[in-house]
Amino acid sequence: MNTSNPLAEDRKKNDDATIRAVTEGEYKFGFITDMDEDRAPKGLSPDIVRFISAKKEEPGWMLEWRLAAYEKWLAMADHEPAWARVKFPPIDYQDLYYYSAPKSKADAPKSLDEVDPELLATYDKLGIPLREREVLAGVAVDAVFDSISVATTYKAKLGELGIIFCSMSEAVREHPDLVRKYLGSVVPAADNFYACLNSAVFSDGSFVYIPEGVRCPMELSTYFRINAAQTGQFERTLIIADKGAYVSYLEGCTAPMRDENQLHAAVVELVALEDAEIKYSTVQNWYPGDKDGKGGIYNFVTKRGACRGRNAKISWTQVETGSAITWKYPSVLLEAEGSVGEFYSVAVTNNRQQADTGTKMFHLAPNTRSTIISKGISAGRSQNTYRGLVRVAPKAANARNYTQCDSLLIGDACGGHTTPYIEVRNRTARVEHEATASKISDDQLFYCRARGLGTEDAVSLIVNGFCKEVMQKLPMEFAVEAQKLLGVSLEGSVG
Amino acid sequence: MANILEIKNLHATVHGKEILKGVDLVLPAGEVHAIMGPNGSGKSTLSYVLAGRDGYEVTQGEIIYKGNDLLAMEADERARAGIFLAFQYPVEIPGVANSVFLKAAVNAGRRARKEPELDAMDFLKRSRALLKDLKMDEKFLNRPVNVGFSGGEKKRNEIFHMAMMEPSLAILDETDSGLDIDALRIVAEGVNAQRAPDRSMLGITHYQRLLNYIVPDRIHVLADGRVVRSGGKELALELEREGYAGIAGDKSAA
Repeated sequence: MNTSNPLAEDRKKNDDATIRAVTEGEYKFGFITDMDEDRAPKGLSPDIVRFISAKKEEPGWMLEWRLAAYEKWLAMADHEPAWARVKFPPIDYQDLYYYSAPKSKADAPKSLDEVDPELLATYDKLGIPLREREVLAGVAVDAVFDSISVATTYKAKLGELGIIFCSMSEAVREHPDLVRKYLGSVVPAADNFYACLNSAVFSDGSFVYIPEGVRCPMELSTYFRINAAQTGQFERTLIIADKGAYVSYLEGCTAPMRDENQLHAAVVELVALEDAEIKYSTVQNWYPGDKDGKGGIYNFVTKRGACRGRNAKISWTQVETGSAITWKYPSVLLEAEGSVGEFYSVAVTNNRQQADTGTKMFHLAPNTRSTIISKGISAGRSQNTYRGLVRVAPKAANARNYTQCDSLLIGDACGGHTTPYIEVRNRTARVEHEATASKISDDQLFYCRARGLGTEDAVSLIVNGFCKEVMQKLPMEFAVEAQKLLGVSLEGSVG
Repeated sequence: MANILEIKNLHATVHGKEILKGVDLVLPAGEVHAIMGPNGSGKSTLSYVLAGRDGYEVTQGEIIYKGNDLLAMEADERARAGIFLAFQYPVEIPGVANSVFLKAAVNAGRRARKEPELDAMDFLKRSRALLKDLKMDEKFLNRPVNVGFSGGEKKRNEIFHMAMMEPSLAILDETDSGLDIDALRIVAEGVNAQRAPDRSMLGITHYQRLLNYIVPDRIHVLADGRVVRSGGKELALELEREGYAGIAGDKSAA
């Protein structure tokens, strides 16, 4: 008697299905806040730029800066970067809104009582406690809702130390000298198409200044959220650590589900002076589009740090799991002797996401060091590219770089790519590059299952092990959120 | 319960080729049975079929585990139901600490069997005691699973896992391969310490040597996909003398 074995076939189908389910997590943060919004008409023109500047009550010099950037952007019309390994339909820049702000009872809420209750409810959903009394493990939060900053927590306490942590809008008004000195000094307006656009229409972001010798006692953090459809989100952040200062800054994003693509073209500039250190950590979970690649955020971000004083140190740590398309290269200019740049990254792509991300380390002075550890995980039908540049200038004696790029592929319809550029112009440099590409092997999965772990748990375990080196670099509270995030994006409906 | 395992007329194919051609085997509770046989006889195939590995298709026959139809269970279900496979070639899992992995595995099984889970303290206490017996440094708890372990260390790690998981049926797939005498002795002691009235073991091995240390209640000789001979522990010595050809040659059609 022949017993056919549908069970084995089913098992294979189930395993395949489980692996798919594991990697096709339902986007957990999808919701929309229904609110009246104060919006400029669609399209971009000098009038829109003036409107934005007027809304923010900016001084004349800021408006001029924006207009100059706008002119440069017009001249760059044919220079939208096309070299990344990402495909998307052309963006009609006249078909976007460049300014939107939530209506609230007063123009500038002086206390949380004046803030739109729906807004506060939004922050509750996102898990942000906005009240000064309820600080989450001592983290100060500067919450940005669409294009306006609503509240800044812990301003007073930080103020005692001379630390400035406020919105960009406020900084432009209250600390113009600092802003004028450093804005655009790391990412000039004409740097690239998206940074140029940002320079013309940037909405808001964070401004941080840590005075000489001060160690910021708590992690500073910002949450972003895009609400209105087709609203460009153009954050501008500037962080300055004066001599001997230290700051750790966390950036975490969530966004609601939308059908239309949403453009996010932020610019982040970091300046570290002598003996200063800036740690910038990002956990990014923006709407990645649906299974068929429809919708999702376009994340075209320019992030760059400059080590301007001896022994300055800047490190970027990122866990990127969202966005339909990611184009992003947090970089460090090692301008001063002994300065150090670090880049730690976990980038997950799934379904039809596309990521072209990496870093640029510029060794411009003697005895500089850089470390790059990149972990790319691709699943579904996604494409994940690491693109990195290590450039050692003629003056950069004894430069040291260590780069490690690891790709993990889940399933056989995705792609993982590594595109390193190494340019060395000093004979005493030492540059090391290691790369691995691997799949979660059947043997590994079977070993886990033979120990009683389900396929979902096994994949999660293996992936977290793969990313361990990077996850360890995140500040504690972020590390927990990040592990959960990896879980959400790779474990289906079970967290 | 009399028998932990009953295998009846088991036929299995791997990549379309029939390897097991009618295996019959009964394993009573509390006993240790050895499976010996020449290369290609189907020993490893049998262990993978019992563990439920993909790619190993049962085309005929049944396997009853503790009175239940084992073939109706997925690999991870079987493990949680108390089946343990000590791999011949244990797999490396980079970045995942041995302790993290093992604790997850132990508690997955306990949860499924509605037994209390081990908390960190319990886990550590038990681990320490077992590692000591297996002459393994505590560092093996924090090292990523099997990464950089020597052959002997990998095999001892398998026995460590087994001891922590407390299975009802342990399948030891060529646990002695690649071990020197001292390591063999330690592993054997570890295995013997696990003997219990409600636990059975199937030890798969090429060589008689292991059976000096892990003395079996019964030996089955597998040749060409079938059990061609079964006997007591003396069978091992006979095999030493006659070789497999001598034993298999004896056997005419089943």
